Amino acid sequence: MNASMPKDQEFLLPVTGTFISLSLLVALLLNWMPLHGIWLALRPDFVALVLLYWCTHKPHRIGIGIAWAIGIFADVADASLFGQHALSYTVLAFGGVMLHRRVQMFDVREQSMQVFPLLLISYSAYVVVHWQLHNYVAWEYFLGSATSALLWAPMTILLQTLRRPRSDPNEL
Amino acid sequence: MDNTSSFRFFNRGPSPVARLVFFALLSLLLLFVDARYKYLESSRRVISIVVQPLQRLTTMPGVVWHEVSGYFETQSNLIRDNAALNQQHNLDAAQLLQLQVLQAENAQLRKLLDVQQQADYPMQLAEIVYIERDIFRRKVFVNKGSNSNVLIGQVVMDSTGIVGQVTRVFPWLSEITLITDKDHAVPIQILRTGLRAVVFGSGDISNLALRYMPISSDILPGDVLVTSGLDGTYPPGLPVAKVVKIERDAAYPFARISCVPIAGVDQQRQLLIVSGLPKLPEPPPETDAQSLDKARKNKRRMP
Repeated sequence: MNASMPKDQEFLLPVTGTFISLSLLVALLLNWMPLHGIWLALRPDFVALVLLYWCTHKPHRIGIGIAWAIGIFADVADASLFGQHALSYTVLAFGGVMLHRRVQMFDVREQSMQVFPLLLISYSAYVVVHWQLHNYVAWEYFLGSATSALLWAPMTILLQTLRRPRSDPNEL
Repeated sequence: MDNTSSFRFFNRGPSPVARLVFFALLSLLLLFVDARYKYLESSRRVISIVVQPLQRLTTMPGVVWHEVSGYFETQSNLIRDNAALNQQHNLDAAQLLQLQVLQAENAQLRKLLDVQQQADYPMQLAEIVYIERDIFRRKVFVNKGSNSNVLIGQVVMDSTGIVGQVTRVFPWLSEITLITDKDHAVPIQILRTGLRAVVFGSGDISNLALRYMPISSDILPGDVLVTSGLDGTYPPGLPVAKVVKIERDAAYPFARISCVPIAGVDQQRQLLIVSGLPKLPEPPPETDAQSLDKARKNKRRMP
C-alpha cells in the first residue's frame, strides 16, 4: 500500500458539498462562454473535467447519477436533445468511478494520459448520438477532448490548492 | 487516501455497472422520446428558467467589453460613420420616394386584378444574446420570446435578406435556426428566370447548396435567389443567396451549385423577426380517386 502511495501525499481538508457544487457551477459557466468557430472546437469541456476530478477523488460523493443530472442541465443550455450530454457524462463518470484508484496512483502529469481515453470515449458517445440522428459528424469536435486532457493537470493542481488548509499545519 | 476500502462494510447502493446501465438507458429513452415525439418541450422550458439567467451571466464580460469599447469610440470614427450614414440616408430617401409611388401603383393594379395584398409585414427588432455552442449546428438565441409574441416558424431577417427561422420559443428567448444549418431548407426562386428550387444549408457558415438541379438548368454565377413563398413559412420575394460556383459534370445527374447567403448570417447583432404572415389557403383534400390511384401505385412499387 505504501509503495503505491504518491510521495507528496498531503493533508487535504474534508470536502464540503458547497465546494463541490460551486466548482461544478463555475465549470458550467465556463462551458457556456460565448465562443464560436475554431475556438468553440478547441474549447475544453470544463464540466467533464471537474466531474471527472470529483469522480476520481470522491467517488462516493459524486457519481453517475449526479453526472447524469448535470448532463440534463447542459442539454437544456446547449439546446441539444435531452440525454445527449447526459449520456456522455454518464459514460465519463462511470469511467472515472471505475478507474479512480488507478488514476490516483499516478502523479498529475501521468494522470493526463490516463484521463485522455476516458474523455475520448465520452466525446465519442456524444458524436455517435449525433451521427445516428443527423448522419453527420464534425471531426473537429474531437479537438476538445485533447485540450481538455491538457487542462487536466492545471485544473487538478488548482482544486488541490483550494482544498489545502489555509494555515501551515506544522506551525505551532 | 480517501475512504476507498476494498471491503464493502457499508451498503453503497447499486454497483457502478448497474448505475451506468440504468442512466445510460434513461438517457437513450429520453433521446428517443425527444427526437421522435417532441414531448419534452415543456420540461425543457421549466429547466431553462433556471439555466438562462446563468447563461446570461456568462455573456456579461462580452457585453461589458462591447459597452466600454463603444464608450471610448474615437470621434473621428463617429464623424466618418455619420457622414456615410447621411449619404446612405439621402440615397435611400430618394429611392423611398419612388417606392411610395410604386406602392400606390401596385396597390391600384392589385385591386384591379383582385389579388390578395402581400408584403408589408409587421416586424420586431431582436438582439442576438448568444450563439449556439454546439459546433454541429448553426443556431443563435435572441432576446425576444413568447412574452413578445414570438411564435415558432416566424421568419428572421436582417436589412439585406433572410437569416433563418424561429424554431423554439422560451419565455424571454427564442432559438433561431440559420439558413446555413445542415438540416435547413428554403424554397426559392431564381430572380432572373423564375425557376423554382430549394436551397439547403451545408453546416458551413458561408455556404448554401442548391441541390437536385439538372445539368441543363439555366443558372449562372451571380444569379440572385429569392424566396418563392410556396412553403407558407417564408414570405415571397426576400433575397436569400447568390450563386457563386456551378460545376456541371456529365457523370452526375445533377449540377453542383454552391451559393453564399446574402444576409450577414453570422455577422449581425440585430435581427428582425417578421410576424403576421398571411395564411395560405388550405390545400384541397385529395379526392378518393386520386388517393386510390396513389395507393395502387405504391402497391405496384412494392416488390
